[in-house]
Amino acid sequence: MKKVYSRIESIAGNVIAVKADDVAYGELAEVSTRFGTSLAEVIRLDSGLVSLQVFAGGRGISTGDEVRFLGNPMRVSFSDDLKGRIFTGAGEPRDKGPTLTENLIPIGGPSVNPTKRIIPREMIRTGIPMIDLFNTLVKSQKLPIFSVSGEPYNQLLARIAMQAEVDLIVLGGMGLKYDDYLFFKDTLEEGGALQKTVMFVNTAADPVVECLMVPDISLAVAERFALKGLNVLVLLTDMTNFADALKEIAITQEQVPSNRGYPGDLYSQLASRYEKAVDFSDSGSITVLAVTTMPGDDVTHPVPDNTGYITEGQFYLKGGRIEPFGSLSRLKQQVNGKTREDHRAIMDGMIKLFAAYRDTLEKKSMGFQMSAWDSKLLKYGELFEAQMMDLSVNIPLEAALDKGWEILASCFEPQETGLQTKLLDKFWPKKAD
Amino acid sequence: MTNTKGLVTGVNGNMVTVRVEGPVALNEVAFIEVEGKRLKAEVIRVRGDSVQTQVFEMTKGIKVDMPVVFTGEMLAVELGPGLLGKIYDGLQNPLPEVAIKTGYFLEPGIYLDALPRDVKWAWTPVVKVGDTVERADTLGTVPEGTFTHRIMVPFGMLSSYKVKSVKPAGEYVVSDEMVVLEDSDGKTHSVSMIFEWPVKRAIDCYDERLKPTEPMVTKTRIIDTFFPVAKGGTYCVPGPFGAGKTVLQQVTSRNADVDIVIIAACGERAGEVVETLIEFPELIDPKTGRSLMERTIIVCNTSSMPVAAREASVYTAVTMAEYYRQMGLDVLLLADSTSRWAQAMREMSGRLEEIPGEEAFPAYLESVIASFYERAGIVRLKGGEKGSVTIGGTVSPAGGNFEEPVTQATLKVVGAFHGLSRERSDARKYPAIHPLDSWSKYASVIDPKAVAWAHYFLSRGSEVGQMMKVVGEEGTSLDDFMIYLKGEFLDAVYLQQNSFDPIDASVSTDRQRLIFGRVVKVLGSSFEFKTKEDARMWFSKLRQMFLDANSIEWNSPTFTEADKAILDFLADKVTGLHAAAKTIIENLERAV
Ligand SMILES: Nc1ncnc2c1ncn2[C@@H]1O[C@H](COP(=O)(O)OP(=O)(O)OP(=O)(O)O)[C@@H](O)[C@H]1O
Ligand SMILES: [Mg+2]
Repeated sequence: MKKVYSRIESIAGNVIAVKADDVAYGELAEVSTRFGTSLAEVIRLDSGLVSLQVFAGGRGISTGDEVRFLGNPMRVSFSDDLKGRIFTGAGEPRDKGPTLTENLIPIGGPSVNPTKRIIPREMIRTGIPMIDLFNTLVKSQKLPIFSVSGEPYNQLLARIAMQAEVDLIVLGGMGLKYDDYLFFKDTLEEGGALQKTVMFVNTAADPVVECLMVPDISLAVAERFALKGLNVLVLLTDMTNFADALKEIAITQEQVPSNRGYPGDLYSQLASRYEKAVDFSDSGSITVLAVTTMPGDDVTHPVPDNTGYITEGQFYLKGGRIEPFGSLSRLKQQVNGKTREDHRAIMDGMIKLFAAYRDTLEKKSMGFQMSAWDSKLLKYGELFEAQMMDLSVNIPLEAALDKGWEILASCFEPQETGLQTKLLDKFWPKKAD
Repeated sequence: MTNTKGLVTGVNGNMVTVRVEGPVALNEVAFIEVEGKRLKAEVIRVRGDSVQTQVFEMTKGIKVDMPVVFTGEMLAVELGPGLLGKIYDGLQNPLPEVAIKTGYFLEPGIYLDALPRDVKWAWTPVVKVGDTVERADTLGTVPEGTFTHRIMVPFGMLSSYKVKSVKPAGEYVVSDEMVVLEDSDGKTHSVSMIFEWPVKRAIDCYDERLKPTEPMVTKTRIIDTFFPVAKGGTYCVPGPFGAGKTVLQQVTSRNADVDIVIIAACGERAGEVVETLIEFPELIDPKTGRSLMERTIIVCNTSSMPVAAREASVYTAVTMAEYYRQMGLDVLLLADSTSRWAQAMREMSGRLEEIPGEEAFPAYLESVIASFYERAGIVRLKGGEKGSVTIGGTVSPAGGNFEEPVTQATLKVVGAFHGLSRERSDARKYPAIHPLDSWSKYASVIDPKAVAWAHYFLSRGSEVGQMMKVVGEEGTSLDDFMIYLKGEFLDAVYLQQNSFDPIDASVSTDRQRLIFGRVVKVLGSSFEFKTKEDARMWFSKLRQMFLDANSIEWNSPTFTEADKAILDFLADKVTGLHAAAKTIIENLERAV
């Protein structure tokens, strides 16, 4: 039995310190206060002094409160019983279900040996042309949605989750608005997907330290399911809240910030989570879709910036649409060569013309003369925005490609599209008359 | 091996503080004993009997009072035959072998031999009993792939020695005793095919460092012609995320005209290394006809692997590069990304509570970066032959802004700067090296005067382009418009290069000279166009012809045809050729 310590030496922010021995770095403890008990994790050992971050926060903790070390690091119960359940960031039930205590597994485990990885090879279909056609999502990809508050990023996330043919969804919510939490719950329920979902949700009202646990706990569970052969989709929203929680702890710890208050290891912290995305050669896979809100719509802000350096592209959600510029799936070329022969050509061709349309818009706004070609582009751009970019469009890739040809044919002569003659002969829509 | 022991007194992230009894050295390796596992660590600060170490593993589970043993050895790598084709982590653990032992995951505390002990090598002795040798002298050789791998007197043996015995030609494993040497005090030293060298010390067994003058051909036009790299030189590739740093390094690692390529995947995505791991064994090196993997070593400490080992990884890589340089070979080290390495230093510096410099990087950032790039160089070895280490590092500046400490410190020490721009990568103009911002101090494969002449069209053309945004095409003179079109043309057909086209991806210097000559002909010609629209149409036709030709096999009849078609198309329209262009073309033709 572990000793109980009843004297807390210091309390600063969410971090307390006690004098204790035989304590391991990363070990968990229980702190009993008059508000109840909270878990705490050891984040520093210095001779006899042990610093812990308290999940429920430091507020209200008294120097006379009790600290009991548990002798193990943060763990989560892993079994099929997780399916359909909702937990807090600390792994406590959030629904009315029982606490799970069986088969505890550690979280934040070691990374996959790079030589055991394989090249990603399977497309994930979403029914969204801006993804399927222009920036194909690939199984085992790690990809954030860059957006700003107010944009429907959680709707987009939920929609992809519902549409993607995966075996299991793990939702990690960080600082989630309660309404958004209910939205996810309802959407998954209505879609009949709740039974294949595990949720770890830290809402905006919950303690910020628990927010820090969410990615690790979600990914640890996902990893075990993937090793059992399941294709798992992990949704993490909003990673900016996670980064802000890191910042808060770092500042209480008096670490020297590197950039706008964020700690110098922000990159490594984010990377160790995103890199959990993997396709196990003879087992399942983990795909990670995250939300990164950009303070001030600034992509150079440390959180989106570091994220962009880690992930395999990003979907840039702006004005309720996925922007063709700024969005990128770095893995698309692994899969879009084997979908339909016109896929790559339509992808490149339509984007080039759309870029020309944006130039024309600019010229127009500056009052320059519009040529016949400019007018064609203007028509094209409007059709593209309405029939491809609008998020209400929900069609399979093949239909999106057909739609692409239709839009081109209604605006241009075949040779104006810059597409190969071979493809034009085969796919250019024949006039009805 | 010293007998120094200690006990853990503190843990903070990957920094562990130890109270020691006995002597310790800075950068010495220690092992922390954690429940049956031994975690490797490096001493990074000594204060009285309190020593701070950075641990190359996750530190979860470490407790105060756990025992620590000190090895007395600095962090070192194993050097010997069999390094080529290997895939190592930052501490030279062979990752495929680790996978056999631990499966999918990298369990802490597993350290395996870098070089297999059971592979036999065909030894040919070079020295005889009675010969006098000193460090780095060749004792014998073994074939390694297409190379003659020299078994040398270990670089740390600093006196002069007499050969006492030598094994006869035959098959041996790396740990066998091959030669016995005797120093002037009559002490004998057993030498095998392998020895260790501390990674943070540059190997300095050469007579003289030379000035890098010979181009290291990358087969990327914009680099070789406009912003060249020299053998033994250094260069950096900074750019915002997604601008194409990794793709550019991947292309270079395949095509560079060197003997050996060492790829240091330092704190970046594991998936990108996997592409190389899987593709290289299948790709044939045109120079040797063997798989590319046989001339490659991969050091891979990706972003989720322990940070301290990331810091070590670039040194591990450069030490192996210097080792092969000692065999008179040209080695290229590509590090992606040096910013992740700098960040690893920043993390440690923060934990040591050092006074931070800009953006919390340590004050010694500049000198550390400088001394890393200083390990590049072309040297004259004792026998008179040359060997080189060329270093190319990517930089990942925060916010894509080059005014940050790592980019700035790097720019001070490198010989060439290939700055990638967001603007160009967004426009899918690859490689996205910005032609107006980038520079190189090295010699091009083409006469620098000719290059400067062509470069004028880029800078002037861009000015006209900027003006045109304000005054419109209507407000631009036909002469200016022609310069603009010529600049765009040069950009499209020469600077941009399709890395995914099997032919265009790698362009020989001969081909660069020929195409450059054709481009100069276009730039230096005068034309009669009635309208700007006519000019634009004609240029886009011409551009298409060049681009088509770019993906036709060099020296094939189809290429000759396409080239002739281009010349004919030009001849139809040209009304005169500028004298400067004429001279350039004549000189180029003489060179081809
Ligand atoms: N030469 C090229 N030709 C065609 N596409 C390219 C080229 N270079 C880059 N790209 C495209 O840009 C994407 C990103 O390139 P890359 O991974 O090299 O960027 P990076 O600068 O290394 O980014 P990061 O800093 O995030 O690692 C690639 O996946 C590819 O789609
Ligand atoms: Mg990269």
